[in-house]
Amino acid sequence: PNEVKRFQLLATKWWNEQGDFAALHSMNDLRVPFIRDNLLNAHGGRQPGKPLAGLRILDVGCGGGLLTEPLGRLGADVLGIDPVADSIGTAEVHAWHDPDLRGNVRYRAITLEELSEKGGKGAGQFDAVVASEVVEHLADLETFTLCCNQVLKPGGSLFITTINKTQLSYALAIVAAEEVLRIVPSGTHDWDKFVSPVELERLLESNGFHVESIRGMLYNPLSGAWSWTESTSINYALHAVKLEEEPNPDEDDTEDPTVIVAQAKARRWYN
Amino acid sequence: LVGHFQWSLSCLGVKVERKAGFKAPIWGLLLVWDACSDALITFDKENLQDEMAYIVENNIIVAALTKQLENLSDQVRVQYKSKVVKYTWPKSHQVADAIPWVQVTLANGQTLQTKLLIGADGPNSMVRQEAGIPTVKWNYDQSAVVAVLHLSEPTENNVAWQRFLPTGPIAMLPLSDTESSLVWSTSHRHAEELLQLDEESFVDSINTAFWSNENHSELVETAGSLFRTALSVLMPSAGSARQLPPSVAGIGPKSRVMFPLGMGHASEYIRHRVALIGDAAHRVHPLAGQGANLGFGDVACLTQLLSQAAFNGKDLGAMQHLLEYETERQRHNLPMMAAIDLMKRLYSTNAVPMVVLRTFGLQATNTLPAMKAQIMAFASK
Repeated sequence: PNEVKRFQLLATKWWNEQGDFAALHSMNDLRVPFIRDNLLNAHGGRQPGKPLAGLRILDVGCGGGLLTEPLGRLGADVLGIDPVADSIGTAEVHAWHDPDLRGNVRYRAITLEELSEKGGKGAGQFDAVVASEVVEHLADLETFTLCCNQVLKPGGSLFITTINKTQLSYALAIVAAEEVLRIVPSGTHDWDKFVSPVELERLLESNGFHVESIRGMLYNPLSGAWSWTESTSINYALHAVKLEEEPNPDEDDTEDPTVIVAQAKARRWYN
Repeated sequence: LVGHFQWSLSCLGVKVERKAGFKAPIWGLLLVWDACSDALITFDKENLQDEMAYIVENNIIVAALTKQLENLSDQVRVQYKSKVVKYTWPKSHQVADAIPWVQVTLANGQTLQTKLLIGADGPNSMVRQEAGIPTVKWNYDQSAVVAVLHLSEPTENNVAWQRFLPTGPIAMLPLSDTESSLVWSTSHRHAEELLQLDEESFVDSINTAFWSNENHSELVETAGSLFRTALSVLMPSAGSARQLPPSVAGIGPKSRVMFPLGMGHASEYIRHRVALIGDAAHRVHPLAGQGANLGFGDVACLTQLLSQAAFNGKDLGAMQHLLEYETERQRHNLPMMAAIDLMKRLYSTNAVPMVVLRTFGLQATNTLPAMKAQIMAFASK
């Protein structure tokens, strides 16, 4: 009960469309269609009114569930994970009120690594993994990529939205957004952790993914709205597909992610 | 409104996809003129080839809609004979154990919860009042008398007539070859008198209203005909031949009713999880035949925005698309309402300067096909 109250207080922060997370709310106007349409292309429409029915989606770093809920409303079976237990609590409380979501949206306070371990029952489960505004907070992208690969079905989709590492992104995403305009709270982002689309693409392609599309996103602080744009200098969205597995000539155990990481590092060292 | 029935109505240009089996009489021509002068204006499509507008009796519309609703019974539930006694609005923040949706309490004790409440409950909307939405409104000192008219003889009834009397406009709208619909806006007292009259006297007063010239003044007539001559020099091909409205022989039994007229506009069409449509949001004088059309426009707009929101997985009660609805509809409705109100005031007087002004205005507009096309286009949106 006390906990629930705390979650509800947090919910007023997360779920206030004009509050601290306003930019994330309005980003749904881009990222939900991006995910929905790419999945529809791959899988075809299942039911009228529920375009994503029958698909299992993992929302990594789901926070208060801002993206998880719309995906659930479109019919998918969504699991939202986040290491921050408070966020998960908030997300659960918010989703609980909506009968459309109770059946197919679930949350767990767990990390992606934990989920992708054998014991976490995450292996090969999902048609799509969504990591929106996540990778710019991670130190170890290699592990992240491998874990995504682990939990995806062959042919499954990976959707990433993140911030590019450019001078422009420093000027806008750090200085302007955090310090001056306060679009996001100060200290949210660490520019060193930003990753360019080229770098991300290289990383994904050498870890069993094929990058299908990359698109630039632009935020207009005056209107509070996002739009697609040619340039990926600041924000961008990426869609990659896990390649169908080929039989591995190596006899080593290929299921343990730490072994895979070691093998990948070794391969690169030789190349 | 879903399915076959798609409306984009106006009094001047209408597109209706007809469901098989019901007929809607057509207007080829709308003829409007002043009682205090000879000025008239006609709206028609060239050569009467295209239909300009449809008038459909209310019970035909209701029957068609009911049938469509029955076809959708697994998605739409209609609860007849229910009355709302209370609305409970969601708090703007989440409170422990409180449901964040709108709660509707019915007279039978049942409580419903909804993500989005649409208030379509007319000019005295309870939804609007309970939500505390301020409304700009005033009463015209007028009531409208409506009736079904039986014409003296069957005729190719495809013209809608409206005459502006000093007490208010009287309109005759075709229903069939032998029947027309009457909408007579006049003072409360006069409306009550009209309701009390026996059938014959009532019919007489209608015919007199359409045919008599007692309100013409010499000055206005001279000014009017001078202006008309001037116009015909400038634009010889424009202008209209005067037709005569049909005369009335009787009225449909028990079809005579009256209702008060007023103007109203809600300053907000939306709140969190609430949207107002139709007369609940805006109420106009019937002189332009636009009241229902504004409502249908609201419906079309809201439906489209809600579909888009649903396809994006949004919570249907969220403010973002509701704000879009409000902005779009207010931008369209307010100019229309202002124009109707202005027309009403302009034609509510006998004063010679106003009559001369509107006489010139009407005649001038009549000779300008471009302006008339603009008016028709705006009303068709």
